[in-house]
Amino acid sequence: MKPACDNVNTPKLRNTLAVNSVGPILCPMVTELGHFALILAFLVAIVQSIVPLVGAHKRWPGWMAVAEPAATVQFLLTAFAFAALTYAFVTSDFSLRLVWLNSHSAKPMIYKISGVWGNHEGSMLLWVLILTLFGAMAAWFGKGLPPTLRARVLAVQSAVAVAFFAFIIFTSNPFLRLVVPPFDGQDLNPLLQDPGLAFHPPFLYLGYVGLSICFSFAVAALIEGRVDAAWGRWVRPWTLAAWVFLTIGIALGSWWAYYELGWGGFWFWDPVENASFMPWLLAAALLHSAIVVEKREALKSWTILLAILAFGFSLIGTFIVRSGLLTSVHAFANDPERGVFILMIMVFFTGGALTLYAFRATAMEAKGVFGVASRESALVANNVILAVSCFVVFVGTMWPVVAEMFFDTKLSVGAPFFNMAFTPFMVVLGLLLPLGSMLSWKRAKVDRAIKQLVPGFILSVLLLGLFWTMQTGTSLLGPVGVFLAAWVISGAVVDLINRTGQTRDLSRLLRLPRSDWGKATAHIGFGITMVGIAGLMAWQEEDIRVAQIGEPFQVGDFELELTAVNQVRGPNYFSTMGDVIVRSDGEQIAFLNPEKRNYPVAQMPTTEAAIDYRFLRDIYVVIGDPQDNGGWVMRTYVKPLANWIWAGALLMSLGGVLSLTDRRYRVAAGARRQATPQGVPAE
Amino acid sequence: MTRLRNLLRLLVVVLCLAVAMPMASPAFAVQPDEVLDDPALENRARELSKGLRCVVCQNESIDESNADLARELRLVVRERLVVGDSDEQVLDYLVARYGEFVLLKPRTDGWNMILWLSGPALFLLALGVGVVYVRGRASAAAPTEVGLSDDEAARLKEILKNS
Repeated sequence: MKPACDNVNTPKLRNTLAVNSVGPILCPMVTELGHFALILAFLVAIVQSIVPLVGAHKRWPGWMAVAEPAATVQFLLTAFAFAALTYAFVTSDFSLRLVWLNSHSAKPMIYKISGVWGNHEGSMLLWVLILTLFGAMAAWFGKGLPPTLRARVLAVQSAVAVAFFAFIIFTSNPFLRLVVPPFDGQDLNPLLQDPGLAFHPPFLYLGYVGLSICFSFAVAALIEGRVDAAWGRWVRPWTLAAWVFLTIGIALGSWWAYYELGWGGFWFWDPVENASFMPWLLAAALLHSAIVVEKREALKSWTILLAILAFGFSLIGTFIVRSGLLTSVHAFANDPERGVFILMIMVFFTGGALTLYAFRATAMEAKGVFGVASRESALVANNVILAVSCFVVFVGTMWPVVAEMFFDTKLSVGAPFFNMAFTPFMVVLGLLLPLGSMLSWKRAKVDRAIKQLVPGFILSVLLLGLFWTMQTGTSLLGPVGVFLAAWVISGAVVDLINRTGQTRDLSRLLRLPRSDWGKATAHIGFGITMVGIAGLMAWQEEDIRVAQIGEPFQVGDFELELTAVNQVRGPNYFSTMGDVIVRSDGEQIAFLNPEKRNYPVAQMPTTEAAIDYRFLRDIYVVIGDPQDNGGWVMRTYVKPLANWIWAGALLMSLGGVLSLTDRRYRVAAGARRQATPQGVPAE
Repeated sequence: MTRLRNLLRLLVVVLCLAVAMPMASPAFAVQPDEVLDDPALENRARELSKGLRCVVCQNESIDESNADLARELRLVVRERLVVGDSDEQVLDYLVARYGEFVLLKPRTDGWNMILWLSGPALFLLALGVGVVYVRGRASAAAPTEVGLSDDEAARLKEILKNS
C-alpha cells in the first residue's frame, strides 16, 4: 500500500520524503491542481454561456467562434479535476474528507475507482464531466450546423454547466481537506462494493445528461425561432444516444438490484428509480416524435416541448435523489440546502425554457399534411401513451409530498399502485405498436396492414390460450405477457419483410437501411422485456425453509441440497458461505455458493445470492441465519424468464445503436457542408 | 485543541449511533417460523404483506424487509388472519394503528381520487387533443412553401457558384 499523502504535512518530513520518492509530494499537488482546474472550468463555462449568445444575436463571428474552443477547454479542465479526484481515491489520500468518508485502504482497487462516484460529491463531478463531454462533442460534431444555431446550442449547454459547477463548488466540493488526516477511511457502503456501481451510474448519467443536448437544441431553436427538418435530423442522434445510455443504465441498475438485494426483485418503483424512468419514457417519446419532424415537418412545437421536458425530468430526478425530499433506498445525500439549490436550478432552466416556449412556440408552423390513418397519427398515439404513462409515474412519485403538504396526511404510494396504474398503458402500447409501425406515411391503407398482421395475431392468440391452459391458477398476467410479446415480435418481423418490397426477395433484407433493422430490433426487445416481466411476476416459485446439511429438498422441478457451510475471509469482509447442489432428475446441474457477508469497517451485513442463470429460468438461492436445531434458513426461488427482462433491454439499446449508425447520419456527417437547409431527401 | 476535542466528541457520537442503530438481521424477510400451516391463509398473508409498508424502512414492503418491525407486522397480519379477519379487516386494523402511511396502495377515497383518476383523465384529454390535431392536419391545405432564410439563400448561392 502506498503511503498516504497526509503524512507529508510537516515540512521536515516532506523534505526527507522528497528525496526518496516523488509520489507523495505529487499527490497533494495533483489534488490542489484538480480543485483549481474545477474552478477554472467554472469560469470558462461562464464565458461560454454569455459570449457566443451575444455573438449570435449581434452576428459577430468572432464572438460566436469562442464557443468551440471554450467547450473543449471546459471539458479538458473538468476531466483533469475528475482525474485528480480519482488519483486521490486510488492513492487513499485520507486528507481529503471525501476519500476518508468513502474509502478504505484495504478496499479492492476497482471499488476504490468506482468509489469516486459512489458518493454525492464525486457523482456530481461525474455528472458535470459528462455534461461538458457532451458540450464538447456537440462542438466537435456540430461543424455543419448554421453558425448562429451552433453558438446558441453551445451557450445554452454551457449555462447548464455553470449552474452545476456552482452547485459543486459552493455546496458539494469534493476537494475539501481535513485538518488532521485520519489514519484510515470509513469504507464504502458494502452494498455499493459491486461491479454494478462501476457501470450503473456512469451509463445512467450519460443518459440523463445526454438529454441536456436535446434541451440546448430546443432552447436554441426557440431563440432562433426556426425549426425545420434539418433540426429534427440534428436532434435525433443525440436523443437516440441518450436513450440508449439510459436504457443500459436502467437495465444495469435493475439487474444489480436483482442479484444484490437478496430477494430477486428487479424493479421497486422507488422514487429514485422512477426518477430515471420518467426521462426514459419521455426520451422514447422524443425520439419517435423527432422522426416526424425530420421526415414530415409536423409535430414541431410538441417535439420542442418534449425535449425541454425530458431534460426537465432529468433535473427533477437529480433533485429527488439529492434532496432527500422523498425517502428512498438510494438516498445518499439528504441535505436540504443542496436540495434547495438544485430546485432553483430546475426551476430556472425548466421554467425559463417553458416561458420561452410559451412565447415562441406558435411561430412553428406545421407543414406536413397527413391522413387520419397514417404513420404520423400512429406516432402521435405513441407519444400520447408514453407521455401520459410518464405523467402517471410522476403523479405517483410526488403524491406523498402533495398529500402531506396540502391534505395533511402521511401516506405511501408503492409498487401496487404503479403496477395497477402504469401497466395498462404499456399493454395498450404493445397492442397498437405492430399496426402503427406498419402504416405508411401520409395516407395509409389500414386494411392492407391488418391483412399482413393476421397470421401473427392468430399465432399470438394461440400462444395465449396454450399458456392459459398450461399454467396453474387463473392469473391473466403471464398469458397476456406472452400474447403481447408474440404480437409485437411477429409484427416487427412482418414489418421488416414488408420493407423488402413487393417481390418479397429476402436477400434484400441485409441491404435494408440500418434504421429499419434498428427499429425492428428495438421493438422486438420491447416485446421480450414485457414477456420477461410478466413471466417472472406470474410464474415465480418460492420456497422458504430451514435446511439441514445433507438433507435434500424439492423446489418445483428441482432438488436442492445444502452440503456444507464454511466461514471464508474476503479482502475486507468475512463471509458465511453455503455449498448448495442443485439436481434435476437426479443429475447435478449446478453448484451454488450463497453468501452472507459482514463488513467490519462499515459494520454492515449483506447477502450475496447465488444464481444459476439459464435461458428459460434462473435458480436463485439465498442463505440466512443458523437455527438452534442445526439447520440454516434457506430461501430458494425459481424465476422463469428472468434474463429476458435485461436481454430485451439490451436489444432495445442495440436497436438504438443500429439506428444511430444508419447511413443518413453517417453521410450527414460527411456531406454536411453541402446540406441544403430544407434537405431531407425522401426515402 | 478544542477543535480536536470537538472532532473526538463527534466521533464518539457517530460510533454510539452506529452501535445503537438496530442492526438488521443479515438474512431476509419472511422466516420459516412465520409461515402458516394453511397454505391458503399463508398465500393471503403474503399478498397482504406485499401491499404493506415497513414503516421504519425506506420504501420497502414488509414482505421484503428484514427489519424487526416488519417481522412484527407480518406476525400481526397472520394473527388477524388466523382469528378469521377478512383482508379488508386486516388492513383496517393496521391503518387504525399506523395510519394510511402503512398502505403501499393508497385508498381510492377522498383526495386520493385525484391520484387515481389523474392518469386516465389526462389520457382522455391527450387523446382528444391528439384526435383534434390529427384531424386538423388531415383537412389542412398544403402550406405554401416557406422560402429560405437570408443566410441560407446566401449560402445556397455560394454553393451553386462553387459547383
